[in-house]
Amino acid sequence: MSDSSISLARLKRRLERLERPRGGPCFFPFGYDTVDARLRGGLARGALHELCAAEAEDHATASGFALMLAVRASSAGPILWVREDKGKRQHGRIYASGIVELGIDPGRVTLVTAPDTLCALRAGADILGCTGVGALVIEPWGEARALDLTASRKLVLAAEKSGVAAFILRDRAASFASAAATRWTVATAPSVALPGNAPGQVTLSVELVRHRGGIPPFGLVMEWDRDEHVFREPALSRAVLPAAQRRQMAA
Amino acid sequence: MRIVAVDAQALSQGIAPGMALADARARLPDLAAVDHDPAADAALLARVADDCDRYTPMVALDPPDGLILDVTGCGHVWGGEAALVANLATRLKRAGLSLRRALAETPDRARALARYGNELPILALDLDEERTTALRRAGLTTIADLATRPRAPLAARFGVEMVAKLARVLGEENVRITPRRVPPALFVMRRFAEPIAATSYVLATLEALAGEAQTSLRECGSGGRRFVTSLFRSDGEIQRLSIETGAPTRDPALLMRLFRERIDALADPLDPGFGYDALRFDVIVTEPLGAVQLGLERQDTGKDLAVLVDRLSTRLGSHRVQRFASRDTHIPEQACFAFPAMAPPPFQPWPVPEPGEPPLRPLHLFDPPQPITAIAEVPDGPPRRFQWRQKVHIVVRYEGPERVASEWWRRREGYEPGKGGLTRDYFRVEDERGRRYWLFRHGLYGSEAQSPDWYLHGLFA
Repeated sequence: MSDSSISLARLKRRLERLERPRGGPCFFPFGYDTVDARLRGGLARGALHELCAAEAEDHATASGFALMLAVRASSAGPILWVREDKGKRQHGRIYASGIVELGIDPGRVTLVTAPDTLCALRAGADILGCTGVGALVIEPWGEARALDLTASRKLVLAAEKSGVAAFILRDRAASFASAAATRWTVATAPSVALPGNAPGQVTLSVELVRHRGGIPPFGLVMEWDRDEHVFREPALSRAVLPAAQRRQMAA
Repeated sequence: MRIVAVDAQALSQGIAPGMALADARARLPDLAAVDHDPAADAALLARVADDCDRYTPMVALDPPDGLILDVTGCGHVWGGEAALVANLATRLKRAGLSLRRALAETPDRARALARYGNELPILALDLDEERTTALRRAGLTTIADLATRPRAPLAARFGVEMVAKLARVLGEENVRITPRRVPPALFVMRRFAEPIAATSYVLATLEALAGEAQTSLRECGSGGRRFVTSLFRSDGEIQRLSIETGAPTRDPALLMRLFRERIDALADPLDPGFGYDALRFDVIVTEPLGAVQLGLERQDTGKDLAVLVDRLSTRLGSHRVQRFASRDTHIPEQACFAFPAMAPPPFQPWPVPEPGEPPLRPLHLFDPPQPITAIAEVPDGPPRRFQWRQKVHIVVRYEGPERVASEWWRRREGYEPGKGGLTRDYFRVEDERGRRYWLFRHGLYGSEAQSPDWYLHGLFA
């Protein structure tokens, strides 16, 4: 009995070592302590992460989240964004001035428009094969049946080989099989009003739905700090609430 | 109605161009006549010119019925210039055309010899009626008569152009032809003894040609930016594949990868028909490219990305692989634009956002803006609620208006009242669920529009 429990403990330790973030350049943190603690250091770089818009109207926020994570993953490398023609019709075009307003240099972004999902996935695989790329965002349109378990597995393998961070931006959080390392649901959250009741900073409500490393799901609301390129706690709870109340919220 | 052209048989019966059709019919009652169709003639000539592309990329039209080929440096592929001309003659004869041809050192001399034979008459000078008659009256009927005479008196009597033309017809002066297509900076060619149909063999040959081109390019320290492969089918069809790279290159492996992408991206696969009998590899545009020293460590990530961009652009088309640049205007949808990632970036710095401010421009922009119905205070109050894509949104927070006047100076008669375009009042709004939208009122209430329309222009992250 005790023998087996010892070997089980040893096995567990070994598994943990295998799964533990290997630190260094393989992981990128959010820059927001609460999230980084939960994620045990951050998200893996040479991996595929799925970002799903909670509803169709949250798509722009999910795009923004993808860009922010891409910047977190690579501070200076080029960001390639693969879209489909239909996506442009449905969600509008990517507006470079809006990228500037997120504190990101649009000169780093290369936009690839694919006629269909298969072409988009093929372009994505090619991009992931190139070590000079900082991060990749693939935005298949609609259901994107072509993006099945096998297709996502291919992307994962390519990402692991080159060490490029890959993000898949999906329209709806439908239940689909995927080999991605993490899956997030992204929604827009009400911002903390600026003086004069003006809409405030970019505020997102993100939820980790699945993590291959076994990190339990969690959700929280955070703000994007475009000057520092980090995520942070929304301003209200940081500045306005008294410390005791804040601690209570955190608990 | 006059006769424009006749065949050999009609000519032997005494029918000649320029004769009235009625006269010809009187002489030969069962004459078969068809309407003159200059457009079809020109099309045929163009078709023949295309076909001659297999002999040289320098083909010029000499309307209505002539072609001038500059075969300088092209002979070796065919086993000498004479063999080239013989091959061309056989080919055109097989196509049912009768041909008069000449090979000479300069285009004008070759043209004159082909049109007028070895005993060149003064007609070969293409002078006007008056001067031709004057020459005849002076007893000068052949070019040979003129050739021995001192030029200065000739120039004084018949004009400087005539002497210049004479020098060209005599082959003393060489004026280059103007080819139909832009001639490539460099080309290499391969003929096949037998027509080939296998794509793999075509690609292997192409790789060998690219290798030859690489040697020549390296010698002159340049690389190509645009490449065209012409596949000459034995039935006269020509298929062309063109690729472009963002940076000058001469690497055969890279070029072959792009050509394979190009072939894969074709709507119809390559159709060899009865086979290809020749293949030409043109380097259309070259740019300086120095020798590359191989580094001890591979640190060419920038080059890596350029190769990737080339590949994607070749497969999807350069309009599908884009980067962004900004433009100096305050009209939102024109303030930035996308350009092919292969092109050099235009330099216009991006505006720097104020630290601590929220984003003032949306991440997604609708172009054209989406019409919405909005309830707002008149004359210039913010929207209280609006309906977009069949959903009602209640505005909880807003900022605005940010007034964007139209660029009336760009419009025709924009300085006239009412013609300068409508002013837009932009509002950044947040609805009850926290979603942030960019809306605008189109036109100032009262002065520009009676009941201004509302549009949704973008979505904030």
